[in-house]
Amino acid sequence: MKDDQVRYYAPYIGPFDPCPPIRIKSYNVPPQLFIPFQPPNLQQFQPADALRLGTLWPALYSPYSSKQSRIEEGDNDAEATG
Amino acid sequence: MWVYEKKLQYPVRVSKCDPLMAKFLMEQYGGADGELAAALRYLNQRYSIPDKVIGLLTDIGTEEFAHLEMIATMIYKLTKDATPDQLRAAGLGDHYAAHDNALFYQNASGVPWTASYIQAKGDPIADLYEDIAAEEKARATYQWLIDLTDDVDLQDSLKFLREREIVHSLRFREAVEILKEKRDEKIYY
Repeated sequence: MKDDQVRYYAPYIGPFDPCPPIRIKSYNVPPQLFIPFQPPNLQQFQPADALRLGTLWPALYSPYSSKQSRIEEGDNDAEATG
Repeated sequence: MWVYEKKLQYPVRVSKCDPLMAKFLMEQYGGADGELAAALRYLNQRYSIPDKVIGLLTDIGTEEFAHLEMIATMIYKLTKDATPDQLRAAGLGDHYAAHDNALFYQNASGVPWTASYIQAKGDPIADLYEDIAAEEKARATYQWLIDLTDDVDLQDSLKFLREREIVHSLRFREAVEILKEKRDEKIYY
């Protein structure tokens, strides 16, 4: 599950932590962080799709899936890869 | 002056009876980074900002009220048919004691909305940077709300609202770039 808008890191796990550790954590880096000023004539979605997705431009579209469905948060035993 | 359209900006469908989720959604209704704070912040700041970006604050501030309406619809649907006992079980017993099933501008912890959540510093850069931060905080709140429910229909509306925060953030960043430009300076020579 590779998502270009998610970054992963491995937090320090203490030897005496009281709870089972989450070994890989993630955070979101949506596209507006990488566009200082939107250039003209970007590719556009079809209007019906744009109204549903919340943006006219694929370059600004940021899908977000619940953390419950991500391996690094949902399953401590999963072999998480960064 | 505004023109009102009697429809939501994006459809709101709630498929799971989950009054507890209404309590969490109130963070985006009357919370520090919620839609009410956003709308009032932008619509107030626009009087003391350079003319070039007034329209942006008007447009985005107006859209925030459309988002506020969507959040209100979600909360209303989740609580309108709940009995006092069900509200108590969802942690909304104190809300019922003060408000019955009415909506109120307070956050997920029941803290009422206050104007100290927002600022108008008069410095255009300071104000726009606050607006960018507000959009990113609201985006994060939507992410955590999406994480807190497994209702795919509710998630769908929340994902739309999260995407709008992203677009607004970029527009505020562009406003900063516009104000940084020296293009019009010669008129003061």
